[in-house]
Amino acid sequence: MVRRVRTLEEKKTLAVRVGANFYIYLLLFLMYVPVLALVIFSFTGSVNFGTWSGFSFELYATLFQDEEIMRALGNTVILALLSSFCSVVLGTLGAVGVHEWKRRSKAVAESLTQIPVVTPEIVLALSLVIMFVFLGNYVYAGFGLSFWTLLIGHICLSLPFVYLSVKPKLLQMDPALYEAALDLGSTPRKALYQVTLPAILPGILSGFLLALTLSLDDFIVTSFTRGSGLLSGAQMIETISTLVQARIKKGPLPPQMRALTTLIFLFVLLVVIVVTILMTKKRKKSHHHIDRRNA
Amino acid sequence: MQWKNSKASRFFSLKRKYLAFPYILFLVLFILIPTLLIIFYAFSDENGNPSAEAMIEFFSTPSKISVLVVSLFMGLQTTLICLLLGYPAAYFLADKKINKNAVLVVLFIMPMWINFVIRTGATRDLLSAIGLDGGTHPWEATLIGMVQNYLPFTILPLYTTMLKLDRAQMEAAADLGCSPFKVFIKNVLPQSLPGIISASEMVFMPVMSSYVISDTLSEGKITLFGNSIYLNFSNSQWNAGSFMALIFLVLIGLSMLVTRRFEKDPVASRGGGIW
Amino acid sequence: MDADTLIISLEHVHKEFEDGFVAVDDFHLGIKRGEFVTLLGPSGCGKTTTLRMIAGFSLPSSGKILLNGEDITNLPPYKRPVNTVFQHYALFPNLDVYENVAFGLKNKRIPYEGKDWRGRPKTKYKRLSPEVIDEKVAKALKIVDLEDMEDRDVASLSGGQQQRVAIARAIVNEPQVLLLDEPLSALDRKMRKDMQLELKEMHRKLGITFIYVTHDQEEALSMSDTIVVMKDGAIMQVGSPEKIYNEPVNAYVADFIGESNIYNATMVGDKKVRFLGGVFPCVDDFPLNEKVDVVVRPEDVLIFEPGKGIIDAKVSSKVFKGEMYQYVLLVGKAEVLCRSTESYEIGEKVSISVLAKNIQVMHKELTENEYMNAWLDGKGNVIIGEEEEISFPADYTALLKGSHIDEDGYLVDAKTNKKYDLKDADIRLTIPLDKVELEDDLSKGECRGVIISSVWVGDHYQYMVRTEGEEDFVADTPYAWNIGDEVAIHVAKENLHLSLRKELSTYAVEE
Repeated sequence: MVRRVRTLEEKKTLAVRVGANFYIYLLLFLMYVPVLALVIFSFTGSVNFGTWSGFSFELYATLFQDEEIMRALGNTVILALLSSFCSVVLGTLGAVGVHEWKRRSKAVAESLTQIPVVTPEIVLALSLVIMFVFLGNYVYAGFGLSFWTLLIGHICLSLPFVYLSVKPKLLQMDPALYEAALDLGSTPRKALYQVTLPAILPGILSGFLLALTLSLDDFIVTSFTRGSGLLSGAQMIETISTLVQARIKKGPLPPQMRALTTLIFLFVLLVVIVVTILMTKKRKKSHHHIDRRNA
Repeated sequence: MQWKNSKASRFFSLKRKYLAFPYILFLVLFILIPTLLIIFYAFSDENGNPSAEAMIEFFSTPSKISVLVVSLFMGLQTTLICLLLGYPAAYFLADKKINKNAVLVVLFIMPMWINFVIRTGATRDLLSAIGLDGGTHPWEATLIGMVQNYLPFTILPLYTTMLKLDRAQMEAAADLGCSPFKVFIKNVLPQSLPGIISASEMVFMPVMSSYVISDTLSEGKITLFGNSIYLNFSNSQWNAGSFMALIFLVLIGLSMLVTRRFEKDPVASRGGGIW
Repeated sequence: MDADTLIISLEHVHKEFEDGFVAVDDFHLGIKRGEFVTLLGPSGCGKTTTLRMIAGFSLPSSGKILLNGEDITNLPPYKRPVNTVFQHYALFPNLDVYENVAFGLKNKRIPYEGKDWRGRPKTKYKRLSPEVIDEKVAKALKIVDLEDMEDRDVASLSGGQQQRVAIARAIVNEPQVLLLDEPLSALDRKMRKDMQLELKEMHRKLGITFIYVTHDQEEALSMSDTIVVMKDGAIMQVGSPEKIYNEPVNAYVADFIGESNIYNATMVGDKKVRFLGGVFPCVDDFPLNEKVDVVVRPEDVLIFEPGKGIIDAKVSSKVFKGEMYQYVLLVGKAEVLCRSTESYEIGEKVSISVLAKNIQVMHKELTENEYMNAWLDGKGNVIIGEEEEISFPADYTALLKGSHIDEDGYLVDAKTNKKYDLKDADIRLTIPLDKVELEDDLSKGECRGVIISSVWVGDHYQYMVRTEGEEDFVADTPYAWNIGDEVAIHVAKENLHLSLRKELSTYAVEE
């Protein structure tokens, strides 16, 4: 009697588990439909998305030959790396500095940080452009949109997120660590490298990744604040986002984009796999260290 | 040993606070001042003289009012659908009995790392292929695109809240004779309320202000706040654009007031107390 | 004290925080070379702030800190030859044991006579060589018994081991002074006992000065050469553990430094002191009729059969402690804590006595009349003593804000409507000196007494009035009386400051 009840319950939980997993994978599949379609149809030469005209690497070849796309890709990567680097430097210094501020001025800095977080991207972009136009009209006539205004726009986009990912690491840090370093003969500047930096490094890294993601994906701020420069030379700077947007407004998605997406997807997948392996390894890491003095 | 008691050494502990100055300067120059300029431009004319022209124009043009209404509806619908789809997914993902695979969560957020303009283009092409093109079904096509883009942003905050659910509390409630439905209403829902709120914040406003998705998928037939502001930008209508942006900022202020009140709600804060 | 033997002196050091809180007030102390000094006091007494000022993490608002006679008041911590063992160790989590201990050594620069680019002699600085660092780290780890742990991650160590790393990290720099901020507070009891012994041994071996901060009197007594007892930012007493324990200068020190019986007492003759209703011979000489505090350690209370001691008492509680029993005896309403190997039963009548040398008589700073033996009769009066001869009408509602007295005489809490029966409640009653009014008309006061002493203090007289039941009132008044006059004593209702000696909830009326 008792046993039969238990099996019934087991059946019930099994049904719930199967149902739940089915739901998760179905949702995942639906979310991945466009990406999967892009990946699959990247291996055919067909211009029309959705029709299969035999397996080929043709799109990959044309992708790398397409100078416009390559330029846009280059612009996107350079802009992302540069703006993320600036955001990381500014945001990390900001977080470390504001951490030492008194309560009231700290609150002011925090709300200043919150403005770009809650403001929609398009409002942020518009306000920047208006200021640049204002500067051109009333302050310095030679001032116009350029690579630099684009860079500023991208820094605005990611700066608060760097600050916000470094801040919790500072809060978690034992303040006595800094004092311990001073006590052991480190100057304040040295202590910053020796103690504070290692403690907030994970926050800096995740801030950098977030900044990269935001910049690589951005369309609005780019299309508002860009001028000429970078690899585009005297022409308007194109990134992957602006280039693809201009193309799909007129017609179907350029077929080379399927190849590009596949490459990005593989790269992201690789990064995720490596990070996952590293994380599990770190968790399992025993406390056998190599003797550094023999090394 | 010679020890200096200079004034400089007295301030050794204070130096760090100056590190924040470039950061603050940047925020003031490129965030605060531009935001203030928006307010200034919203209430002035092309020559920079004080004027209520933009305001009058906005409220007297039915097409502009309809942008507001359409944006609100699109925002609400997307948020609701994302919550309905994402809530159970987040719950299952966070339940160790159902999902033991942490990588699955990463899979859910991985589309975020693929350029969203390309994804939007692909979605549009696929939808046209099955007859859901922007020409005939602009609203449905846009909605599908929005949900697809914003679902990861819903699942992530919900998932982090669900991880912190006190499952002992739920078991206790079930033990005391609550039906699964009652356990959900009385316990799970209040506990996960902070996640629901932050998930909604991640979707509602961004949808209203989005440009690419609605422009591409509806083939320009649906004009959201974002599209409207983009148009003002393209035509260099700074004053009208600023006024729309200002309306948006006011909406954000209002929604923040509402969520703040929600967070003060005892039910919500009970959920928040678990953090 | 000879200035040459002092390694650290704090001269009138004062620390006021930005919110106006005075953490350390006019701190004046000299610490001898090689001494083990403990700053002892409850949390918030300023002991940690004092330590932080010696380490350089905090700057005094005024005053000077000297090290070997040189002013280091404003010297930053990294230039002080002083190292700290932090309360929660503050080990660097990203470094292993070896790197933690070597941290200070790697920062060190040794001056040597070199030549500049033109060949002129110039003082240059060089790092310690890796071999020297290795050797010093190994030696420091040996001192703290962690020889084979060099490569361990600090997070993988137990609390006790982390503690040892923290000590090694500090002593490896060969500081002139080692500062220890409650270093044992995070360890369990057994480990704490072991570490106390080891620290003492380490101090002996290293021969450097230890400044140790703790709130644990037992720790302070077992390790220190000198104890500095602190209260509210000020030094109460400085002395050897024996001196502090046996001859506390005031009731605060006596109370803090271990279990003790402390009573209000009056000098009633040449080396005779009266407390608990009995007259005891003592060794301290104080003027006749002076109000004093006496301290009697529990182990110094002698228990006899009834009638054979100085005062009679009754056994109220008994706890077996292994090698002896611990009793609480009642003398009237006053409690006496004592220990004995003899067994007495609860309720048994005994008699107690204390040897003269074991009664520590202390100066009392008289700021108000204090009666620990007061109680409420439940009819609106406060009574002092057993005999019920002194009774003042009092305002019970002052004990609880927003309360009133109902028709049954219960105190009612307006908010919760809870009722309290305060009949026989024990009270600590205080009356400011200038609020005790003396009257010639004997019918005008609540009780009467005879003036036994009179002092002119500047602008008024201070009288001591003794009632028939031998309770004393000290009164500040501008009017003149003579010794021996009988007067009435009157205290207005609002000047009787009542405070309950037990929780109010113990008097709650069950309904």
